[in-house]
Amino acid sequence: MLKIKNLEAGYGKLRVLKRISMHIDTGEIVTIIGANGAGKTTLLYTIAGMIKATAGEISLYNQNIIRTNPESIVAAGCSLVPEGRQMFSTLSVKENLVLGGYVQRKQKVDQKEELQKIYDIFPVLKEREDQLAGTLSGGEQQMLAMGRALMAHPKLIMMDEPSTGLAPLIVKDIFAIINRLRDAGNTVLLVEQNAKAALAIADRGYVLETGKIILQGPAEDLLNNQDVQRAYLGRDVSTEGAQCELD
Amino acid sequence: MRQYFPLCIFLALVVLIQLVTQITETAFYLTQLTMSAYYSLLIIGLCTIMGYAGQISLGHAGFFAIGGYLSAGLTTHNLQPFADTGITSLLDKAGLLVSSKDLYGDTLLTVHPWIACIVAISTAVIIALVLGGPVLKLKGHYLAMATLGFGIIIFRIAMATPYFGEADGLSGVPSFTLLPGITVSGDFGARIINYYIAWGTVLIGMLLLINLVNSRMGRALSALHGSEEAAQAMGVNTARAKLLTFVLSAAYAALAGVLLTHYNGSIGPGEAGVMKSVRYVAIVAIGGMAHLWGALIIGTLLNFMSMRGLFGSYDDAVFGIILILIMLFAPQGLLRLHIWKHIQKIKPKKHGTA
Ligand SMILES: Nc1ncnc2c1ncn2[C@@H]1O[C@H](COP(=O)(O)OP(=O)(O)OP(=O)(O)O)[C@@H](O)[C@H]1O
Ligand SMILES: [Mg+2]
Repeated sequence: MLKIKNLEAGYGKLRVLKRISMHIDTGEIVTIIGANGAGKTTLLYTIAGMIKATAGEISLYNQNIIRTNPESIVAAGCSLVPEGRQMFSTLSVKENLVLGGYVQRKQKVDQKEELQKIYDIFPVLKEREDQLAGTLSGGEQQMLAMGRALMAHPKLIMMDEPSTGLAPLIVKDIFAIINRLRDAGNTVLLVEQNAKAALAIADRGYVLETGKIILQGPAEDLLNNQDVQRAYLGRDVSTEGAQCELD
Repeated sequence: MRQYFPLCIFLALVVLIQLVTQITETAFYLTQLTMSAYYSLLIIGLCTIMGYAGQISLGHAGFFAIGGYLSAGLTTHNLQPFADTGITSLLDKAGLLVSSKDLYGDTLLTVHPWIACIVAISTAVIIALVLGGPVLKLKGHYLAMATLGFGIIIFRIAMATPYFGEADGLSGVPSFTLLPGITVSGDFGARIINYYIAWGTVLIGMLLLINLVNSRMGRALSALHGSEEAAQAMGVNTARAKLLTFVLSAAYAALAGVLLTHYNGSIGPGEAGVMKSVRYVAIVAIGGMAHLWGALIIGTLLNFMSMRGLFGSYDDAVFGIILILIMLFAPQGLLRLHIWKHIQKIKPKKHGTA
């Protein structure tokens, strides 16, 4: 559903992404792993249209979206759950969710029903409906960020490091929900530093290093790859626990 | 419907105050109340861009001055000496000019106040568009400084341009007939009608803004206030939402400038001063930032007190001190202090949330 060819992007003169090529098929969970500063967030922002590409192609359902604005990309069914959750912290949980459906203006949608669907996936959000988003715990905020993105009815949902700063038990919950989203027919692009947990649920993976894709393949192969193990799995002591829980 | 309830109370209050001043023979208060109304018009516009969209502007006195000075300049400068030149006669034939007699019986040819008003507000809107495009990309302190710079430029232009009367400003600004029978003027006999014109304008202005902040656009504003990147990720065109709100608030400021200048019959460079902009920002902060009614109430009260001379020669200092105190002790605004919550607890509970 998403195809990227020789994509280049950056900030001003700084070239961050260098000739990135990748693809995502419908119904897959694809993960991108890489160290700090590798350009993972930049890649997601470029797909979402928030940063303009300087070269290359991005096509969503065979439509070139390289010059498309972020609004239209969301409307076309590609939503981003940004890094660090980025709550609208002075608004309530419910208001945050309603904003998630911002692009759904043309079809008159039944808001109550829409919200209920999200609450079915994240029951804790229902309990916190009227609480200010800024006062939620980290895990609850991550769920809200995901719920908010789902309100736009994405077919492809891109998540930027959803596990950051969360306890292993919560990480397990979040990853279980990602799995369920896929089962419900969504396609997921998952950016993670928690390589082990990400590769455990993903179908395929890409390894990004200083703006280049240096490795790609089925998740299992990457898990067993020596370079990956040394660079991304060996040192990842803090997340070892999450992995055990997942198995 | 519930959001219009305060508007009805507001309307009732406006009428009540007028009746009370009539009965108690204190109609002289109406003059300052009318002027306060026009300043409040600017302030509710500023409240939308500051409080709801989260973009600080220290340049709104500049937009006020653009409105006031342009309409004053166009309606006072005599075009009679140029009556035969191409452009002037063309304007005259198009009915855009009015001629009148001055004190000595000489003919004065000036731009019609309606035309002047439209030119003034359009100019403010265009400048806001041009300025807002690049400036609204800035954040926090940088945005404050850029808008401050704009305010200083406008002040300097007003002080240095002979057409705008330099340090003396412009006076002898004629009255402005909005509709037959409804004239903005400072005439003694027109005091009551002008009080209602001013507050009627504020009422319409409030109605528009209340609708705006409760619309899809308003939701977009509160989203970008919370996190610009997340708002973009939700499909909000943040650049456009910010720019539209900025331009709208500039138009409110310019309209306030136009009407107050016709009411006062004059305008001076003090209206363009940076201290004025600081005062407006302080009032919005005291009112509670994202709180149109708070801004309106506080704006009316403080401007009224200031114009009654209650703060003496420390006028500007008082606003500075208030701003410091608010930031220290009530950054959410006076109306959101905890005291109010306690008072609300005492009252019987109403259904629903605010
Ligand atoms: N707004 C910006 N302006 C300039 N350079 C930036 C900007 N954002 C990121 N960069 C640079 O781009 C490079 C890639 O950053 P990016 O945020 O995409 O990395 P990342 O892989 O998401 O890292 P992390 O795992 O820490 O989130 C970094 O060198 C960073 O310094
Ligand atoms: Mg990142």
